[in-house]
Amino acid sequence: MSILVNKDTRVICQGITGAAGAFHSGQMLAYGTKLVGGVTPGKGGTFFESGSFRVPIFNTVKEAVEATGADASVIFVPPPFAADAIMEAVDAELRLVVPITEGVPVKDMIVAWRYLQGKNTRMIGPNCPGIITPGECKIGIMPGHIHTPGRIGVLSRSGTLTYEAVGQLSRVGLGQSTAIGIGGDPIIGTRHIDALKLFHEDPDTDAVIMIGEIGGTNEEEAAAWAKANMTKPIVGFIAGATAPPGRRMGHAGAIISGGQGTAEAKFEAMIAAGIHIVRSPAEMGRKMAEVLGR
Amino acid sequence: MKIHEYQGKEVLRKYGVSTLEGYVAFSPAEARDAAKRLTEGTGVPVVVVKSQVHAGGRGKGRIKEHSTAEVLAQVLRGEENVPGKGGVRVVKTAEAAEEAAKDLLGNTLVTKQTGPQGSKVRKVYVEAGCRIARELYLAILLDRTVARVLIMASAEGGTEIEEVAAHSPEKILKVWVDPVCGLGSWQARELAFQLGMTGKTVNSFVKLLAGLCRAYDATDASMLEINPLIVTEEGECLALDAKMTFDENGLFRHPEIVAMRDLEEEDAQEIEASRYDLSYVKLDGEIGCLVNGAGLAMATMDIIKLYGAEPANFLDVGGGANKEKVTAAFKIITADPAVKGILVNIFGGIMKCDVIAEGVLAAVRETGLQVPLVVRLEGTNVDLGKKILAESGLAVIPADTMADAAEKIVSAVNTYNLRLDESSVGSAR
Repeated sequence: MSILVNKDTRVICQGITGAAGAFHSGQMLAYGTKLVGGVTPGKGGTFFESGSFRVPIFNTVKEAVEATGADASVIFVPPPFAADAIMEAVDAELRLVVPITEGVPVKDMIVAWRYLQGKNTRMIGPNCPGIITPGECKIGIMPGHIHTPGRIGVLSRSGTLTYEAVGQLSRVGLGQSTAIGIGGDPIIGTRHIDALKLFHEDPDTDAVIMIGEIGGTNEEEAAAWAKANMTKPIVGFIAGATAPPGRRMGHAGAIISGGQGTAEAKFEAMIAAGIHIVRSPAEMGRKMAEVLGR
Repeated sequence: MKIHEYQGKEVLRKYGVSTLEGYVAFSPAEARDAAKRLTEGTGVPVVVVKSQVHAGGRGKGRIKEHSTAEVLAQVLRGEENVPGKGGVRVVKTAEAAEEAAKDLLGNTLVTKQTGPQGSKVRKVYVEAGCRIARELYLAILLDRTVARVLIMASAEGGTEIEEVAAHSPEKILKVWVDPVCGLGSWQARELAFQLGMTGKTVNSFVKLLAGLCRAYDATDASMLEINPLIVTEEGECLALDAKMTFDENGLFRHPEIVAMRDLEEEDAQEIEASRYDLSYVKLDGEIGCLVNGAGLAMATMDIIKLYGAEPANFLDVGGGANKEKVTAAFKIITADPAVKGILVNIFGGIMKCDVIAEGVLAAVRETGLQVPLVVRLEGTNVDLGKKILAESGLAVIPADTMADAAEKIVSAVNTYNLRLDESSVGSAR
């Protein structure tokens, strides 16, 4: 039905007692996500309550996993401690870890990324909105109500631009299999290419909207892979065609440096790969409907 | 965050990196004293007076106030052998250093990187001269594709690395640092031999590179560029320049680096924006944008351009914007005299559209908006948000989609500009 998360995914929240962690844990529970536990060191044995929901809190991720059988974690731990939280989740052998935290130092992420190598954990993020399989499981901060279940995969770096794509799809009557925001940082766990591979293998995804932005070469890498392997149609957009070089556009990773990472280079790579590009971010949904002959 | 060369060298020296002796000077008299101290100390009758601005390409830059438009155009095109004196002067006496400082301080240096507006020179660094045998290039930065620190070196010092990368990429040597082991001495030695070093120079290079890596790692740097890294006639390796940029996300660990921030080098509106935790970048167009989320903010700029106008800024109010933040954002956008219209594009998720609508109205009432304003709301509580705007009695133009919003703001700004032209023609009569 989806990639990575579904109605059977059992989630814990690291940093569940912080302001953001508590708010979004409540939202995830209300959406129907099986949020089975929380972790806040020192508050083990207490409970997180939201409406009629009551979720046990543990001191460590290992304890939480043992007690709840969780296979995924969402992280709302503040930036200075986020990399440590990621590594704790990896060490507890969770299948999926989704750090939402924005502002994690690159130096810390280099270490966490290295720690992840050779392990069985997939990381989405950091600095991302998370992942949602509409109607089944929402891990992250996206507004659940704009999504509709369906067969289009959505893949983007940022939050609101993902929502925009989802909103446009819903407007033309196309639901989503899974929508995934991979994050705006220079070092992220799941890149465009990784998410594309997952959508490619998912029998319940018919087509993908892939949204990129300036900076790095992830989009080019994904486009080259898609050209050689992917038969499902892809609609593509790159944000930042008007961004000047050398300036960071909000996201730490969104910067054109040394002539690398321009929107034009990414659009060209997409065109070369047979991806149906749109120059206007308002055309993503309509283009998908057109490509699918709807 | 960027710092000046003199500050960069101060940081590097703490980590055992060899540099030449030098002093920062804020006036020609200070430059003369510094030069005197240096020549007496070293016995070498040469000092270098270097403009301290954040942009690179200073040596090939020219002083705006002393140059013709043609010369400045040549600088901006990156041409060689442009007539006139650059932003870095080699002089032989204390008096000449004073003259050079007089020429540079208070004036505007235009380099390929500053753009036509240039950068004001507020201080110079007076550095001892030395006998240079070779100039090399070295940089330490993040390689995003492998999530590791990358060291790049080339035998072509003094040249911009982008140029080397363009005409002979095989001349750029690369070494990746494993975060667990750090830089191995063997890696530094390999690099030294590849760069053609011999004898004691190899050891000097290994020591220098180890120091540079320590400095990069310890300060959460995001870029450290030494161009040129020199080998003296005595065979010693030195950092002759130092360009350091830091990871903003790591600054909380480094109050000593934050203290080096030079606000005069930054745009006033961008400083104001950072106070409200808004992510703002000033651009050259006339349509201001206020958006939530970096990706959507870039996409909004792009769609403005597609409809034939230019964005005046990038502005991301973030996920948790409230009335105060929206008001601050409006003030920052309207403080730019080039702004002839504003486009608000909000996709409400956690942020509710009715709250944003109230924020926009409060901001409009407080700032007394003079230019057309198009507001596009989508997402949580969108109907309520639209109703609030419609019933406000203010001249807010509502829009449904991004395309609708872009079309409306571009057309409103065109009408507005036309009216401005007519009224100025009218008053001229």
